[in-house]
Amino acid sequence: MPVSPANLTGHFFVTGDPLIYGADASILLASAAVVFVLTYYKKWRWLWREWLTTVDHKKIGVMYLMAALLMLFRGGVDAILMRTQLMLPNMKFLAAEHYNQIFTTHGTIMILFMAMPLIFAMFNIAVPLQIGARDVAFPYLNAISFWLFFFGAMLLNLSFVIGGSPDAGWTSYPPLAGLGFDRGPGENFYLLALQVSGIGSMATGINFIVTILKMRAPGMTLTKMPLFTWSVLASSILIIYAFPALTAALALLLIDRVAGAHFFTMTQGGNAMMYVNLFWIWGHPEVYIVVLPAFGIFSEVFSTFSGKRIFGYTSMWLSLMTISVLSYFVWVHHFFTMGAGPDVNSFFAVASMAVAIPTGVKVFNWLFTMYRGRIRFTVPMLWALAFIPNFAIGGATGVMLAAAPADYQYHNSYFLIAHFHQVLIGGVVYGMLAGMYYWWPKMFGFKLNERLGRWGFWLFNIGFYVCFMPLYPLGLMGMTRRMYVYPAGLHWALLNLISTIGAYVMGIAFILIVIDVLYSIVRGERDVTGDPWNGRTLEWSLPSPAPHYNFARIPAVASRDAWWAMKEQRADDLNSGRQPEPLQPIHMPKNSGRPFILGVFFFVGGFGAVFGWYLLAALGFVGVLFALLSRALEYDTDYYISVEEIERTETALGRS
Amino acid sequence: MPRTKSLRRYSGLLFAGALLVSGCGRGIWVMDPAGPVGRIEKQLIDLSIILVLIVVIPVIALFAYIVYRYRDRPGSKAPYSPHWSDNTALEVIWWSIPIIIVSILGTATVKDTYALTHPPERSARPLTVEVTSLDWKWLFEYPGQHIATVNYCTIPANRPIQFILTSNAPMNSFWVPQLGGQEYTMPGMAMRLWLQADRTGVFYGHGANFTGRGFAHMQFDVVAKRQADFDRWVQAVRRSAPPLTLMGYHSLARQSIVPKLSYSSYPLGEFRKNLAKEGGMYSKHDMSIVHTYE
Repeated sequence: MPVSPANLTGHFFVTGDPLIYGADASILLASAAVVFVLTYYKKWRWLWREWLTTVDHKKIGVMYLMAALLMLFRGGVDAILMRTQLMLPNMKFLAAEHYNQIFTTHGTIMILFMAMPLIFAMFNIAVPLQIGARDVAFPYLNAISFWLFFFGAMLLNLSFVIGGSPDAGWTSYPPLAGLGFDRGPGENFYLLALQVSGIGSMATGINFIVTILKMRAPGMTLTKMPLFTWSVLASSILIIYAFPALTAALALLLIDRVAGAHFFTMTQGGNAMMYVNLFWIWGHPEVYIVVLPAFGIFSEVFSTFSGKRIFGYTSMWLSLMTISVLSYFVWVHHFFTMGAGPDVNSFFAVASMAVAIPTGVKVFNWLFTMYRGRIRFTVPMLWALAFIPNFAIGGATGVMLAAAPADYQYHNSYFLIAHFHQVLIGGVVYGMLAGMYYWWPKMFGFKLNERLGRWGFWLFNIGFYVCFMPLYPLGLMGMTRRMYVYPAGLHWALLNLISTIGAYVMGIAFILIVIDVLYSIVRGERDVTGDPWNGRTLEWSLPSPAPHYNFARIPAVASRDAWWAMKEQRADDLNSGRQPEPLQPIHMPKNSGRPFILGVFFFVGGFGAVFGWYLLAALGFVGVLFALLSRALEYDTDYYISVEEIERTETALGRS
Repeated sequence: MPRTKSLRRYSGLLFAGALLVSGCGRGIWVMDPAGPVGRIEKQLIDLSIILVLIVVIPVIALFAYIVYRYRDRPGSKAPYSPHWSDNTALEVIWWSIPIIIVSILGTATVKDTYALTHPPERSARPLTVEVTSLDWKWLFEYPGQHIATVNYCTIPANRPIQFILTSNAPMNSFWVPQLGGQEYTMPGMAMRLWLQADRTGVFYGHGANFTGRGFAHMQFDVVAKRQADFDRWVQAVRRSAPPLTLMGYHSLARQSIVPKLSYSSYPLGEFRKNLAKEGGMYSKHDMSIVHTYE
């Protein structure tokens, strides 16, 4: 498998396809444009000091958000290409090889390089502000997490133009993904990119568990936490238990591939099903890792825009925790049809259905949060509202899929495709877009335009149903996933055509959302109050955007919906003429370029390993060790912000 | 009234969807089973649709009602209780509803899961067919008849068929939607799938697990004939089709797409050898399945 540099043109650069040349050209042009703009406006220093070296959770959150939107674009283009190929029977738009690469990267990117950074964006943007903290527990580690994600994503995306993309499906089952059937470097890109970004995800999980357990403002007991913070806690616990299984599966497959081991090849006593088990022991909790934070966001949004406390708070956090435990006992439902036997299938079928119990409870509680409220149809609320019917249907088909004997008829069919897109888009994407529109003013100090936002929302929501509802009957008509062509004469053509139209509508909706962002950067309504939505939780007590130390004084929390309570009490405080506590110097972490450099070294090492260029791989990993060691020997890592400076900043922000 | 209108729209939508999936459309094979296995699965699907609709319809109706009634508008007369956030009785109700539904569906699921491990009808003598998924074609071997076919499989109607599944390529999944659900074909493993056709006809089959470039072309037909016609077909294949030699098998196993083929004989024991070679030697269970009919 190692590729000699002399043989570069044959194996290294992907050649022979107009789409790839188009990508080559656009990558070069975009890079040149970025370099030009940064140089022309003399922004290199600014980029390095303000962004690449930052350890501020708010800026890291913004970078996650931007990267995730870029990846949403890439994964979305993949989806449009696939739907175009499937528009009519026997289409000749994409060849089998390209279709296979595209659905593989679509799945991989959407789950690992779109959904994950999008939830991490929301973790970073909201959690420290919601719990009254000045940063996460380990800000430096937080920056490392981001850069490992970022360079992992770069590594995977590079495969499109260099070496060839992975093409064994995002699940990458051996033996198809093993050396016997897949010799190319594409599969190695997959394994190494996921491994690098997986380390980052793991660290983020640890970081947020510690942050939430140790850094809450005084008075904020666990049962006074906002529900989004609860959902992040549940999701982070899932991360630290689930990701090691993925790490192990990928590492063993990599060893199979580069060292000729036999963990997953039957011939020497290995077993491919072991990979399938390990993959889904991570893979199923992963679904809840990304959807629980969305549930958290919906709880915040429903409560805020109904002007009402969340209904059944105790049930809400209990159901989050119940789901996170149940999610470990359902993984076999991804392969009921691999012949595990009736005992195993029965257990996992019933366990999978049981997930519907706490989830159903949440839906009722959201409905009754709105009951006797005053519902304001802002854009974040529209996304949250649209989630309810969407998730009701997606959850219902999920229960249907859990009935193991029935699953023998759904497995790997378009019925399944419709189901998981409905819960992942209707749940995660709707949730994260609700969160983006909700916290945007907090991040940037201006609101996104509501009118454009409503257009984007309606087009996306309608496009979603047009695109995915036809896929349910298609599955029952026998259409299986990952077919690059299908024959005419099976009554599949019309439903596929409708679905493709829906996909284009969703594409237009995405463009409108991007236009909304660009328009609002120029003309967006400024948020001068810091509380544009009449919010309930602590992040809305701060100016927008929050100063880099967040809270000049750490607030004392007496109840749930802490900021709401403070607003109700404020009138009394003003009358009593009570003086605020005197300011104290604030202890903050220093910026560091090392996380970025660490990411570069991981990238170099990963790239070398992909092609079997072991010298380069070794160089990269020596660099990693060097970066870790030099951090261990660094002592000047923090500083204090003086009281005078805090006073100056607070006055400039209109707060004293 | 707009409220009832939106309610009607949603329930109408759901009803149309339910109609569509319960078999009124053409070519919805899963909902139009041609054998007892598919029928048991369809009954479970029907039950699950009814059970989930018991929750989904009221939830969507309630949703539409609440959103309409409590929308924020000047002069709204709807009650507003910003602090109302707990009601034990209500919460007990909606913890119970899904628990009851899951219990009913879970019971039915467990019952059917065990039922489908046996031949669907014990009266008739089963026929065994060995299925091997290759890149990118399906090989069917008839150990009782000593003939073989590629990309099509003729079976007698009204008789249980015992498919023994394996793969000499990446794992695939053997699926004939109108006869019943699928099962994986995996190298080094022999897995049993019972199916039966209640009527004669040609039934669409396709691989359901991705195996690379030619995967989309892994279509096959299952042809159900009356027993007498089946016997005549076996005789005809024996008489007129060429034999499948060991060399022929090895060239068939290479990556290619081929049309429907018939063979008057095949290398006996190759199925078992392939199974053992691919790792079946580590699995007594899989080899013992082959013992039961050999």
